[in-house]
Amino acid sequence: MNAFRIALRTLGRRRIRTAFTIGGVAVAVAVLISLLAFDVGYQNALRRDIDRMGYQVLVTAKGCPYEAATLMLKGGGGLRYMEQDVYDKIIQDERIDEVAPQLVATVFSRDEGTGQSGISMYMGIADSHLRLKPWVKFRSGAWFSSDSADEAILGYEAAELEQREVGDRIFISGVNKILTVVGVFERSGTQDDGIIFLPLATAQETFELPGKISGIGIRLKDLGDLPGFEEDLYDEPGIQVVSMAQVKGTILNLLSSARTLASSIAAVAIIVAVIGVMNTVLMSVFDRTKQIGVMKAMGASKLDVFRIVWVETALVCLFGGIVGAALAMVGGSVAERLIRGILPYAPSGRLVAFSLPLILAAIAGAVGIGLVAGVYPASRAASMRPVQAIRSSD
Amino acid sequence: MNDNVIVSAHGLTKAYSLPAETVVAVDNVDLEIRGGEFVSLMGPSGSGKTTLLDLIGCLDSITEGSLRVFGHEVSGAREDALVRLRRGRIGFVFQEFLLLPELTAMENVQLPSVFARRPIERERALQLLDRVGLAARANHLPSELSGGERQRAAIARALATSNKLLLADEPTGNLDSRNSQAVYETFTRLNEEDGLTIVAATHDEKLGSTAGRRITLLDGSVVPH
Repeated sequence: MNAFRIALRTLGRRRIRTAFTIGGVAVAVAVLISLLAFDVGYQNALRRDIDRMGYQVLVTAKGCPYEAATLMLKGGGGLRYMEQDVYDKIIQDERIDEVAPQLVATVFSRDEGTGQSGISMYMGIADSHLRLKPWVKFRSGAWFSSDSADEAILGYEAAELEQREVGDRIFISGVNKILTVVGVFERSGTQDDGIIFLPLATAQETFELPGKISGIGIRLKDLGDLPGFEEDLYDEPGIQVVSMAQVKGTILNLLSSARTLASSIAAVAIIVAVIGVMNTVLMSVFDRTKQIGVMKAMGASKLDVFRIVWVETALVCLFGGIVGAALAMVGGSVAERLIRGILPYAPSGRLVAFSLPLILAAIAGAVGIGLVAGVYPASRAASMRPVQAIRSSD
Repeated sequence: MNDNVIVSAHGLTKAYSLPAETVVAVDNVDLEIRGGEFVSLMGPSGSGKTTLLDLIGCLDSITEGSLRVFGHEVSGAREDALVRLRRGRIGFVFQEFLLLPELTAMENVQLPSVFARRPIERERALQLLDRVGLAARANHLPSELSGGERQRAAIARALATSNKLLLADEPTGNLDSRNSQAVYETFTRLNEEDGLTIVAATHDEKLGSTAGRRITLLDGSVVPH
């Protein structure tokens, strides 16, 4: 028999009230855990996506640098183009380890048979693409036979979607071009999986963009050279330099308003839960006024009574924390699907990353909040005078 | 002072200040209770029986006069000192039983010993319940016990810390005659066999006559015999 057991029995006796209070705490904890897990997961996924791009700097035509970078990450139309001369000039720089020009184009296509429509993303690349992304492997087939062959290499998902294998042909509607599939890449877990690659010169000719490129991915020999390298390119007309660290920061900034809103909702949920817990325990204290008086008559000190009520509050929050963690984990995949539908850019991989330290910290936080919420009801109980409490009317 | 006197009151007064008036519930009472006595506090409603019991039990503050319980002056004592005084010395039985509803009869009996930092084992709690004829109902919640059984569980609880003084406020007030009889017998047995000092505030003439000494109160004062 101790404060823990008495508190546990008291909660068990008022099952419905306890269940609702635990439910309130659980919802708040689930929102908080989901939010924190999303924060961690999104940043990890974004970092992974950017690292898997293989370059640290992206040179694009002048315009909104962040739009360009996002489009490079996500895919889509509306890219500006720059002259390939820029590439020829940049490649001379000794600080560069690897450089890959890219020409991105998107085509809206509609299948007359099924009536389904969609956007296909094409990217003209040079053989430096493979040096920039050494982890890229062929599932089948091999590299283009020449720099201007009418050939295509499909990303893993593009091959699945188009139902094409090596040797098959694909037709690019709108430009009336037929390409032969010469290779299919292994799944990379990035946006590259959905892209149809073709030789840079073939892309320039197919999309009627002779001598144009949409971006140049650059990996430097020494990352410490990045500020100076960027500085030198600022003077080049018609282009802009975007470091991928900036891109990451910008995307996270774009996300910050959504995070602020979600954090506010979580904060409100937590405040409501705290008030709910405080109210429930306070009501429970008032309901038990006579019993508290009897406990004091039997020799319970102020601290004894305080401890019983305090433990009760902490237990409600502990159970709420555990249920909330379970809710967050069960609902994590649903939340992820919803988030992917809402966000303008969502990296590949898991967006909601649960971890044991995060869950333990959230549960500990819930108990901590419970201890704070329990101070007032516990103080009220502890300060009751035994005779008034015993003689109080029900 | 006689060593056997465990409660000694001189000019004991308790007044309550209300917005319109001051009510004197206990008025200038002189009283001595010796160890092993069974005393009934009789008198009409509002005569001050319960208030006097609360004062003897160190549950309420004194307005005037002096009160010594187990040799300790109660007047002006801090609350924590009164708690220590109650622990292990004074047990209470109330008209409404006031068992903790979420605990079994056995756990209710064990509870005061937890507060006294001398927790008793289940065997000892069972012995106490057996003493009031309730061993068979030890693991039942109060809601599963009859009124008489609840009151006997409350008496067992009051004995849990080897108390020397049992204060009972209308212990038979909510009981039928059969259960009241069980309480009279229990009190008599505990007083005669264990030497327990009992002070019972009651309207119940039969309980009053069961006690060895009767103190009658009227308007807060002791009525001389």
